[in-house]
Amino acid sequence: MDNTTPNTVDKKILKVISNIDVNKLKGAYNIRKNGKLFIRNTTPNINIVSKKDKDGIDIIIKENTKNESVHIPVILENKNINDLVYNDFHIGKNSDVTIIAGCGIHNDSHKTSEHDGIHTFYVEEGAKVKYIENHYGEGNGDGKNILNPTTVIYLEKGASLEMESLQIQGVTSTIRTTKAYLKEDSNLTIKEKIMTTDNQEAVTDFYVELNGENSSTHVVSRSIAKDTSKQQFSSNIQGNTKCFAHVECDAIIMDKAKVVAIPRIDANNIDANLIHEAAIGKIAGEQLIKLMSLGLSEKQAEQEIINGFLK
Amino acid sequence: MLEVKNICFSRDGKDILKNISLKFPKNKVIVITGANGSGKSTLAKIIMGIEKPDSGKILFNGIDITDMPIDKRANLGIGFAFQQPVKFKGITVGDILNITANKKLKKCELCDYLSDVGLCAKDYIDRELDSNLSGGELKRIEIAMLALKNSEFTLFDEPEAGIDLWSFNSLIDIFENMKKNTNNTIVIISHQERILDIADEIIILENGNIKDMGKKTYILPKLLDSSKRKRYCKEVVHNG
Repeated sequence: MDNTTPNTVDKKILKVISNIDVNKLKGAYNIRKNGKLFIRNTTPNINIVSKKDKDGIDIIIKENTKNESVHIPVILENKNINDLVYNDFHIGKNSDVTIIAGCGIHNDSHKTSEHDGIHTFYVEEGAKVKYIENHYGEGNGDGKNILNPTTVIYLEKGASLEMESLQIQGVTSTIRTTKAYLKEDSNLTIKEKIMTTDNQEAVTDFYVELNGENSSTHVVSRSIAKDTSKQQFSSNIQGNTKCFAHVECDAIIMDKAKVVAIPRIDANNIDANLIHEAAIGKIAGEQLIKLMSLGLSEKQAEQEIINGFLK
Repeated sequence: MLEVKNICFSRDGKDILKNISLKFPKNKVIVITGANGSGKSTLAKIIMGIEKPDSGKILFNGIDITDMPIDKRANLGIGFAFQQPVKFKGITVGDILNITANKKLKKCELCDYLSDVGLCAKDYIDRELDSNLSGGELKRIEIAMLALKNSEFTLFDEPEAGIDLWSFNSLIDIFENMKKNTNNTIVIISHQERILDIADEIIILENGNIKDMGKKTYILPKLLDSSKRKRYCKEVVHNG
């Protein structure tokens, strides 16, 4: 087997984090494994180039590229590693693309595996991006799986980016930082879903500057904290002009978990319209009763509520 | 079919149900009515297992279900439509109907159940059961769930509360269809004359006691005011 042939663990992780079947890979992709390039493919419209000054890649998407996708998953396998990588996305004018990132760690050891991905998006005028990011950990070892993604987004006039972020299993510790700077008529939508168990810790930090007239953002965070896990959600929205923001943070707290929500909305202009909603609570008793009255056991009802909440 | 025996329930020093005994026969529509605070909803919740009586027994088809949890009662064949439908974040209308059916329903089946309550499936199956739906829409979906569940014994707690006139008319149709097409027992808690009118039997609760009970033709005239009573008696004579 050569070193670019995915093994069974690779295949499983790629399926979980990117929903890709390695035997049917198509389009542009760059798979990174244990801190190095594993396999890559480019297309006439999407080029991927390794950075020369630091570890990472530039993903360059031509103007008017429509209905194409890029997969850039990262795999860490049984490594005592601290993988720091800089990925920059240059999205050409009026393109409409989907980018699927994510990191999966398989750790059967007692060593710490850490991946810190710094993703910067330069989205040109009128371009539309759907960005999906999944984080996942597995393995039987007691080593820590640490993922600290940073996402920086620059939206030019009329650009839009929709980010879906999912972390539901196996990540010991995460600090997720997202910063965005919006020009006129641009829109940023973020949907974040997190579940922490055992003694895991997750920190989410959103900072959005609405600098252009009629820019808007909608941030929805739904999280479940189980066992003795801890979560912290912070958001800081700066409305600097006529703009609209809606931030919604909902958390279900279970067992002995702890959840902190720190909302901040700054209206620096009379036409800034900013809303923040935060709700933390246990699963509502009436929801369990309703599902049990349909014939589900308490455990099944709880699972349905969690599945729905994180869907 | 279902029988409650000597049910007592009190909370915060107030006796809400005082030694209630009732038999709900098979294949009947029974309406429980009475003033607010008379104990109607508490009785329904006790039958479903949502509240536990201080004393007394509940028998369903001869089985003592007094200490049985809600889900076991549901699986035996008892259904309950909430007065205030419960909202869920992330669970869609399609999901809740699939959960109710305990299988993945085909789109045409979802369409059948939703159209019976005046909702178009394509507009609703992917919508979440949350505050984005109006009270009336949630109520219709609640009724659709219970129609789908098709339990041998179903309790509807004030199904008319919060719904508009159009929905109310279709609600009556739903109960009439259930009555015509199934052998199930339907118990409806209601104040509405038109719902009382589809009952086979009516039970009146007052301050936790059974004030009166019997066939509709016996109870309903007593409930209506004198002018309405006159009209109702005329209708009975005309309709034979």
